[in-house]
Amino acid sequence: MNYKVILHTLGSVLNIEAACMALPAICALCYKDTESFIIYLLSALLCLIVGVALSLIKPKRTTMYSKEGFVTVALAWIIISLFGAVPFFVSGYIPNFIDAFFETVSGFTTTGASILTDVEALPRAHLFWRSFTHWIGGMGVLVFLVALLPLSGGSNVHLLRAESTGPSVSKLVPKIRSSAKILYLIYMGLTLIEIILLYLDGIGAFSAITLAFGTAGTGGFGVLNTSIADYSPYVQITITVFMTLFGIDFTIYYLILTRRMRDALRSDEYKVYLGIILVSALIISINCRQLFPDFGTSLRHGFFQTASIITTTGYSTVNFDLWPALSKTILVALMFIGACAGSTGGGIKVSRILILLKSIRKEIKIAAHPNSTHKISMNGKTIESETVRTVSVYIAVFLVLFAVSMLIISLDNYDFTTNFTAVAATINNIGPGLGLVGPAENFSMFSALSKIVLSLDMLIGRLEIFPILMLVSPYTWKR
Amino acid sequence: MNIIVVGCGNVGKKIVEMLCLEKEHNITVVDTRTLPINTLVNQFDVMGVLGSGTSLDTLTDAGVRDADILIAVTASDEINLLTCLIARKSGHCQTIARVRNPEYGKEIHLFKEDLGLAMVINPERAAAAVIARNLRFPAAINIDTFAKGRVEILKFQIPEDSVLNNMKVANIVGKLGCDVLVCGVERENETFIPHGDFTLLANDYISVLAPLKTEAVFFKKAGIKLGKVKNTIIVGGGETAVYLAKLLNESGIDVKIIERDKKRCDELCELLPKTTIIHADGTDNRQLLEEGIENTSSFVSLTNIDEENILLSMFARTVTDGKLITKINRIAYDDVINKLDLGTTICPKNITAENIVQFVRSKRNSMGSNIETMHRILNGNAEALEFRIKENSPVANIPLHSLNISKSALVACIHRNGKIIIPRGSDAMMSNDTVVVVTTATGVNDITDILD
Repeated sequence: MNYKVILHTLGSVLNIEAACMALPAICALCYKDTESFIIYLLSALLCLIVGVALSLIKPKRTTMYSKEGFVTVALAWIIISLFGAVPFFVSGYIPNFIDAFFETVSGFTTTGASILTDVEALPRAHLFWRSFTHWIGGMGVLVFLVALLPLSGGSNVHLLRAESTGPSVSKLVPKIRSSAKILYLIYMGLTLIEIILLYLDGIGAFSAITLAFGTAGTGGFGVLNTSIADYSPYVQITITVFMTLFGIDFTIYYLILTRRMRDALRSDEYKVYLGIILVSALIISINCRQLFPDFGTSLRHGFFQTASIITTTGYSTVNFDLWPALSKTILVALMFIGACAGSTGGGIKVSRILILLKSIRKEIKIAAHPNSTHKISMNGKTIESETVRTVSVYIAVFLVLFAVSMLIISLDNYDFTTNFTAVAATINNIGPGLGLVGPAENFSMFSALSKIVLSLDMLIGRLEIFPILMLVSPYTWKR
Repeated sequence: MNIIVVGCGNVGKKIVEMLCLEKEHNITVVDTRTLPINTLVNQFDVMGVLGSGTSLDTLTDAGVRDADILIAVTASDEINLLTCLIARKSGHCQTIARVRNPEYGKEIHLFKEDLGLAMVINPERAAAAVIARNLRFPAAINIDTFAKGRVEILKFQIPEDSVLNNMKVANIVGKLGCDVLVCGVERENETFIPHGDFTLLANDYISVLAPLKTEAVFFKKAGIKLGKVKNTIIVGGGETAVYLAKLLNESGIDVKIIERDKKRCDELCELLPKTTIIHADGTDNRQLLEEGIENTSSFVSLTNIDEENILLSMFARTVTDGKLITKINRIAYDDVINKLDLGTTICPKNITAENIVQFVRSKRNSMGSNIETMHRILNGNAEALEFRIKENSPVANIPLHSLNISKSALVACIHRNGKIIIPRGSDAMMSNDTVVVVTTATGVNDITDILD
């Protein structure tokens, strides 16, 4: 294990976080909030001091292997969450550090699960920071680092791979740095368009920016206690469209931008993803018809909630906990499916579900005709049996971790729906669940132990299990 | 530049490794096997595309439309040629193909233009050329050429009885009276770029830059035996041996090829009328002694098995003082191999890769950068680069001692209108000169990069 290169990279990550903290400080200045300004300035300084100290460590060998890549990513996410929690804790708005940590992890992992009962009581700088963590976490800090700094050699692909989502991560262009830059440019571009469209409604620059950050990272932290319910239908529809867009593989946008429409059309995943949204939203809208004055409203809420859950954003326009059982069940199923691989969304990912279903079909065919040969294909290409195997393992490990987390948090003695959806909503990076953690409620009632478990679930979900598992596995640390 | 490498075998890997060092290329690798692609993608900053180079879909995925150069180095000549043809028709790239079948080799000039091939490389022929160059100058372990062949960097070991032993680098020109420059010294595991007060010792491996004409004089005065090669024994009658024998016959060196396969011997007889072909097992030391290995002035082991070649050369060393050349296919372990006394080692795959990379560089020159040639010297620890000085270059017309040149770099030679100048402090580079710079720093792309 090359400790020096890991520490050096962590230092660079903290320096970036320090730079990010300057933004809420500027926000505080805009609203003449000196107290928040000082808090964010000091937090940024703290980050910078530790960051610079760490980045002064000069590794002898700069190559990073798979092992170092995973460990760096896992540690980086834990450390940025620890430092990101400092402003909440110091300002006294979240007096308990574990709560503050939970809130920040929820931000960076783009979960959007909160322990705050009254969001509106927070100063704007804090609200801004909460939403901004979504934006940073959505595409990933290390992707940003790779785009920004000329790191050594080609071994950085391990960093990118550990942080990006989906069963197989490939680069857009030959150079890793250009790939990372392209991803961030698309991300920034889409976010900017959304900010402008939201601003046109007249909800004010602050709301437009924070809501766009929450959508872009598929996070879900709002600035009002009622999430998105109090905004105009125009805002709700805009957010629905953008949530859906941010849940699509960014490679598709790159292919469209470079006018490779044929390649863009070849991909199956986003078609299935859009299909699922369409069908689920229609069923829910019909199912909830009675709850709303007209079918149009029902459709709007149906689509909003479907998009919000499948992209794992977690915004809400209505309290869907009060919806009929069928709609709620569909929403819970969507939680697990998640968005497309290579997007900012969480969950198991549509491509993994597709591969799993196709391999089930293959197994059934083999059972019927034992000597027949089958290949699983997606996007017009055969999928390596290695990838199929990792997908099966991924889902198996996912279920085991899910069960273990549920066991631990049931120590708090809440009902089954609450526990089940609390874990589902955190491990899939959604935010609100059902029951006591429903859209109108929050996570504050859980014990410290449960909050730590749920925080870990969020990290596990965002980093797709293995980086965190590698961090605690003895095989990683054996010489 | 956008470069596509089709075929991720040893040569493909070596090319990628060398091109990646330059950091400015966008490289995509194509192979039909997953494993070699994964290895390359994990090790270097390249993109991998799975598929055959002969499929237009695969090449499109690899970005053939925007590619500047496509290099086809799969194991099959036909696939390489077809890949280049398809790439040429669907994009605007220059193509390079590895073609090793000698039957194609003869006709290649006929279809080179039709296929739009910019370069065709035959690894065996390239290796034979390098071996022949080494046999013409047996005292040197390694020879790299610059300035269109007017200057060479020769690597050799200082013998105990040489006058170079205990001599300061600054005194060489004065004492030996010939204009050469010591541009690198390897002592045990360390590498130096020596300055004037550096003292040379016996058994150092030194790399000397010398104009072609002064080489012989220098070696004579330095007390190094020239040992001109009059005859050679080649073990293993593969394609390399054929090319080599032809080259050596042309320069009047007697060649004896020992080949174990009777049928191949007959073929060789037809191909090489001037060469003595001996049907015998080259790995049998009695047969080697019978064929006069003790009296030969050079010995080349060219069998297809590395271990055999190594053993043959080690045996030859025990019975003869002649020049030894050992072919080694395996690229890894070169540190270990260099410690053995095998004379000059030749790796055809490395030579192929180096030739291709040089072609890529020369292409890049027309696109802005100005490296003319580049060789890795001192066991790969340093680079010898040849630059062209542009009009209005900031280094032009300033005496070298007034330029703030980095300690890790050395201006070794100036080539001006066909004249070779070994520069001293008061000399200056002028526009349109080409200069050879030796440096241990990597990523030097322009002459200004060597300034501190």
